[in-house]
Amino acid sequence: MRLTCPLCGERDRREFYYYGSEDYLNRPAPDAPPQAWDDHLHNRDNPAGVTRDLWYHDMGCSSWLVVTRNTVTHEIHAVELVADRKGGAA
Amino acid sequence: MRYSGLQVIKEGLFGNKGWKPAWRDPAPKAEYDAIIIGGGGHGLSTAYYLAKNHGLTNIAVLEKGYLGSGNIGRNTTIVRANYFLPGNSEFYSHSMKLWEGLEIDLNYNVMHSQRGLINLFHSDGQRDAFVRRGNSMINQGDDAILLDREGVREMLPYLDFEQTRFPIYGGLYHPRGGTARHDAVAWGYARGADRRGVDLIQNCEVTGIDIQNGKVVGVQTTRGAIKAKKVGIVVAGRSSQVAAMAGMRLPIESHILQAFVTEGLKPVIDHVVSFGMGHFYISQSDKGGLVFGGDLDFYASYASRGNLPMVEHVMEAGMTLMPMIGRAKVLRSWGGIMDMSPDGSPIIDKTHVDGLFLDCGWNYGGFKAVPASGFCMAHLMATGESHPVAARFKLNRFATGHILDEEGTGSQHNLH
Repeated sequence: MRLTCPLCGERDRREFYYYGSEDYLNRPAPDAPPQAWDDHLHNRDNPAGVTRDLWYHDMGCSSWLVVTRNTVTHEIHAVELVADRKGGAA
Repeated sequence: MRYSGLQVIKEGLFGNKGWKPAWRDPAPKAEYDAIIIGGGGHGLSTAYYLAKNHGLTNIAVLEKGYLGSGNIGRNTTIVRANYFLPGNSEFYSHSMKLWEGLEIDLNYNVMHSQRGLINLFHSDGQRDAFVRRGNSMINQGDDAILLDREGVREMLPYLDFEQTRFPIYGGLYHPRGGTARHDAVAWGYARGADRRGVDLIQNCEVTGIDIQNGKVVGVQTTRGAIKAKKVGIVVAGRSSQVAAMAGMRLPIESHILQAFVTEGLKPVIDHVVSFGMGHFYISQSDKGGLVFGGDLDFYASYASRGNLPMVEHVMEAGMTLMPMIGRAKVLRSWGGIMDMSPDGSPIIDKTHVDGLFLDCGWNYGGFKAVPASGFCMAHLMATGESHPVAARFKLNRFATGHILDEEGTGSQHNLH
């Protein structure tokens, strides 16, 4: 598996740290009910198919990335910088 | 047909023409008292104990492929009861006791072999942690013996004791630990359930769960609708998809765990051995193949195959620990899909739907749990109450903070 970092180009999977679902970016408001925090931290759609998850370019440019990929085929569809998201990093 | 030594001799004398199929192949009925979704180890043992312990025999196991076609058919077959935390400790202890009586109970040879399990440690801190774990196991009534370096050398002389990077300080020896023949466990439970009247229905994929007024009333399948007032979801590896049919979003992320088997060799590794520095574990199958594995691939996946970095890591760890295996040829490798929960412990609980029960989140420790998981899931489905040894495997424990994080690594699905 190889990921194309928007800053560094195509690199081996070993350079990246997988953190988890894109859900981690959608942080609830500080006064959100406990259920919202439970969903944020623990509960997952966990799709067999296209998913979006967070990776960190540990051995490269230290960017946080949102990777769109297929969990069944390991095909990578897109790699974007978290910093480029509307509203910036969460 | 009851199996016995006498039966084997009799059949041998008359050309083995008298053997019957070990279970029937029934068509699904329109209604059952209870349905179990998933014909793997856990689903089949749930059906067996529902029939045996609770007298529920008008039940069906629905399997989308063939019986035992998931992780029970491909795993590293380790059976152990060496857990630390209250909640896990009593559950795996119960499972070990069921393993020890399983072959007589099932009248089936599951080739359970209590060859002993040795977890090696490589630093003072790791020794202290293993001493605590060993004390916890002894308090639970199970067995644990602390070995020093010489004690390990006597039992496992083939390890690399000369290396300076990960010196072997000793090991925690769990004599009752060992292995079992994974397929035979599924087949033994399947036959046991079938003999008690349970319908094992293969090639029957559940496509929907019917719920009316907050109560489960049946399931939709590729072989038609089937009614039941109780439904158990026992489909680790695909739990998120099946639970979604009931509108649930589970605390589960699916990950790949790879394992490897070499060509058959003469007996060389007599125990189950785990390396404390590289998450590597190995045993030798009765056919002679070395069976070993390591960590997850660490990214969510349903691909049933892993990537090369973890292959390399596992081989490196094996070579560091026991260089003698370097000449063995790896015959095959595979990737199993693991239900990873945020604390590394499983879930056996009711759901928000009346009559719908959930058994999932086995991470990569599901095989040794097969007897107790089915035992406790059957208890839950029959009585509506959690069995005392599985009372802490609650679905809502992440929200309430009652987590069972055996390794203390925190709330991230791939860290356990």
